[in-house]
Amino acid sequence: MAVLVGTDTRLLVQGITGREGLFHATGCRDYGTTVVGGVTPGKGGTTIEGFPVWNSVAECREESGANTSMIFVPPPFAADAIMEAAAAGMELVVCITEGIPIRDMLKVKAFLRDHPTRLVGPNCPGVISPGQAKVGIMPGHIHRQGGVGVVSRSGTLTYEAVWQLTNLGLGQSTCIGIGGDPVSGTSFVDAMRLFASDPSTEAVILIGEIGGSAEEEAALWIRENYRQPVVGFIAGRTAPPGRRMGHAGAIVAGGKGTAADKIAALKETGIHVAESPADIGATMAKALGRREAR
Amino acid sequence: MKIHEYQAKEILRRFGVSTPQGRIAENPADARAICAELGGRCVVKAQIHAGGRGKGGGVKLASTPEEAESRAGDILGMKLRTPQTGPEGQEVRRVLIEEALDIDRELYVAITLDRQQERPIVMASASGGMDIEEVAARDPQAILRQPFDPHLGLLPFQARAVVDGLELDGKTARQAASMLEALAAAYLGTDATLAEINPLMITKSGDVVALDAKMNFDDNALYRHSDVAAMRDLAEENPLEVEAGKHGLNYIKLDGSIGCMVNGAGLAMATMDIIKLCGGEPANFLDVGGGATQEAVESAFRILVSDPSVEAVLINIFGGIARTDRIARGVVAALRALDGVDLPVVVRLEGTNVDEGRRVLRESEFAFVVADSMADAAQKAVAAVAERRGGRR
Repeated sequence: MAVLVGTDTRLLVQGITGREGLFHATGCRDYGTTVVGGVTPGKGGTTIEGFPVWNSVAECREESGANTSMIFVPPPFAADAIMEAAAAGMELVVCITEGIPIRDMLKVKAFLRDHPTRLVGPNCPGVISPGQAKVGIMPGHIHRQGGVGVVSRSGTLTYEAVWQLTNLGLGQSTCIGIGGDPVSGTSFVDAMRLFASDPSTEAVILIGEIGGSAEEEAALWIRENYRQPVVGFIAGRTAPPGRRMGHAGAIVAGGKGTAADKIAALKETGIHVAESPADIGATMAKALGRREAR
Repeated sequence: MKIHEYQAKEILRRFGVSTPQGRIAENPADARAICAELGGRCVVKAQIHAGGRGKGGGVKLASTPEEAESRAGDILGMKLRTPQTGPEGQEVRRVLIEEALDIDRELYVAITLDRQQERPIVMASASGGMDIEEVAARDPQAILRQPFDPHLGLLPFQARAVVDGLELDGKTARQAASMLEALAAAYLGTDATLAEINPLMITKSGDVVALDAKMNFDDNALYRHSDVAAMRDLAEENPLEVEAGKHGLNYIKLDGSIGCMVNGAGLAMATMDIIKLCGGEPANFLDVGGGATQEAVESAFRILVSDPSVEAVLINIFGGIARTDRIARGVVAALRALDGVDLPVVVRLEGTNVDEGRRVLRESEFAFVVADSMADAAQKAVAAVAERRGGRR
């Protein structure tokens, strides 16, 4: 068991004929994910590196039975690609593209209200259920199958945390990169709900950062709904206010969204907060040990 | 992206927001002429991106064209220090010369994104001219909030609800409501992330005028607003940050001594945090991004070492999109191009092709300090700075 992606995932890649799209379609296939092919408008009927290419997501779904899409389309066209995937009935859309305008994402969110599709991202590394399926750009070999769910706004910082877990012998059920944009498809609360209903997830690592209030909302939800161990880390304690720290959503604006506020909200809920990014794995090991001793 | 007040007013006027009459001056003589055109009484306003200009002495009233000339002479070229500029201040290159109007009341209105609701929101307060954060901290009830649908715009009844809340009536209420609709149209029409009028002035005759204006924009949407993109003033930005941007790098200058080069924004922030935890201070935030080319990494290195406050460099790469061997080759190539640097370089590589990446570093002619974890890297960088400082004594 795991969440979002697994052995029944049938993946298509939108933007498969681009350099990054092809590189990571191949990476997902090599990991063992069923990759049915991809979509690039105007290049339907061709094949690339053994992947069949269709003109539209609808055609691809019809002929291949795809249920999940991963998007590498450039930012001006990415919102349209997400909506096309939703309209074609994809259950899950993982948008890797960074740099989509906020207004385009507001349009996407409005469109998704009428579709059951779950969007993860944009501006995210994707989702991996170790040993089952990888739908994203993360290095698969650092993961190990197990019971820790990971949800994060970051990419490489998530790899860092996962690597620590793996080196401690703590495997992961599913790692979800929700992305660094201010408006995105899946929130921390959404991810926590998924983990809460997954019997294979016995603890969760939540990696947040400055900006917005998604971590505080997650803390409230966890307090009311989740009884298993949660370890938190918040990046950006040293970030100056008013500056966007790389991610479009990582900004302390109007005194709101500081790391200190988020850390306080997590601690208040009883979440084990790792003070150093080097201690995320060890904090989880300790939290799990504590529970077993109880 | 940020722009100046005069540019924000230019955009807002295009959408129907009324502003005081005025023009920009780059020298005192022009200030005098513009003041005379405006009837002899004017306000001289320094144009820099930072807020709090009035508190820093960058806004002056002049009652004659001669006085406008002399005030402009004082302000132009000054290093204006405000609570938002930092201690070194920001040089004033232009002043806005505007007609002086008789103020009856000052209000606050702004539109921004409510990230929790995922929709734009009008915020308004009867306490104009004040820092809205102070108002929010002291009396949150004093701020009216009206979210609206970004695809429909601010609807007339929603604008009226805000105006009612501000206790305006008659002609003033009608003008204020249509100004709010215009402000929302400008916000949506330019992909702004902030459109703020503070203060929004009610004149003695009951007219509604935007006395000040501030707009910020979504960088990711600038490609479809070339007119807005053209308003960027590079002189207002840190030169190293501008240079980094040209190479597609995300760089933010900070005050410390350890220069960081990291892939990924979250890991870059966490690297800054762990440097601090280990007793050091980061000199910058630098995200070399996912698909960092060798050239981009080389540029990143040049930028780091050209910052005189950097005493050690910490490279922290966890390879996902960016393969670590590619990064390692970029680092070595950059050092070769620079004929090496007189700085300790601590490198920590992990992830895709890491063995190849470490081999590239080991076999190069440079004496990298190789770290095997993030904590190890931060400790080694902090120790390297301490050693350098000790050696100098």
